[in-house]
Amino acid sequence: MTRERRSPTERQAWRQGLSVAIATAAYGISFGALSVASGLDVWQTCALSLLMFSGGSQFALVGVVAGGGAPATAIASAAILGVRNTLYGLSVRPWLGAHGATRLPAAILTIDESTAVGLAQPDERARRVGFWVTGIGIYLGWNATTLVGALVGDVLGDVRMWGLDAAAAAAFVGLLWPRLASRQAAAVGVASAVVAAVLVPALPAGVPVLVAVVVAIVVGWTNWLGRPTASTTDAATGPDAQERA
Amino acid sequence: MTTWHVILAASILVVGLKVLGHLMPAGPLEGPRPRRILELVTVSLLSALVAVQTLADGTSLVVDARVPAVLLAVVLYRLRVPFLVVVVAAATVAALLRRFAGWA
Repeated sequence: MTRERRSPTERQAWRQGLSVAIATAAYGISFGALSVASGLDVWQTCALSLLMFSGGSQFALVGVVAGGGAPATAIASAAILGVRNTLYGLSVRPWLGAHGATRLPAAILTIDESTAVGLAQPDERARRVGFWVTGIGIYLGWNATTLVGALVGDVLGDVRMWGLDAAAAAAFVGLLWPRLASRQAAAVGVASAVVAAVLVPALPAGVPVLVAVVVAIVVGWTNWLGRPTASTTDAATGPDAQERA
Repeated sequence: MTTWHVILAASILVVGLKVLGHLMPAGPLEGPRPRRILELVTVSLLSALVAVQTLADGTSLVVDARVPAVLLAVVLYRLRVPFLVVVVAAATVAALLRRFAGWA
């Protein structure tokens, strides 16, 4: 038994990691079903979860494929959503202590949830426990539920009859929701949605989504609507108002 | 380019970005500006995907059963309903509107 060797903070990291892993793995069912509904087969769907292992990027790739986007557009969407994992790697590596053979698995398991649970722990050992328990737990659960979802999706067949196209949009809302806490993020979200929608008739499928990212780069660079210079006048003249005009 | 090529190329890029975070010097991404841009890029891309998944049909804009389904999803997330329940509820609303209310 390893029980007596674990500190209270390590036990807490285990508990948090497992509960986050179970909750997150449940999304895998919707990913599997939506991926098959987008036209990927069961093997391709499972390969995405095994190899890419990054929920946002996977949803984006199948979303662009479903909308008839070009291959390069699908790849670019997945990659742009994957850039934040680079930042997570930088945040976790000082305390993760991954060297040699553990570096690649550590990198593959570096996702939103493992990073968040790790960073939330009070000491280094508990942080490592939180990261690995969450990452490994989600990897196993996500791949299992992806297969289940893909098989279910395969049986369902017609996408629209079952409302799976609406489910895809609702899934993106769910991935977005926790990131809208600040006014700046909410403004960028609204402006990006408007830019993408307006450009749908003008550009090839999938491209409007990539163009909308310019909103984030401009607002992020200038820190429009951000602290510490936030004021009410910014709201009227900010990117939000301009993109709508 | 086949679907397999897309899957492999995108997977290599996404995993490469993860590895980069564990190997690159921290310098270029330090400071509030790069971090802010990266966080906002994620928000931007996900918001754009919501808009396109809700309103686009190929390269035209349409209002169909997806719109009320997504509005319901927003309300449910606001009420802290779990992800999977919301996704199923949105699908159900769209399916019911199409079958019984004649929505597109």
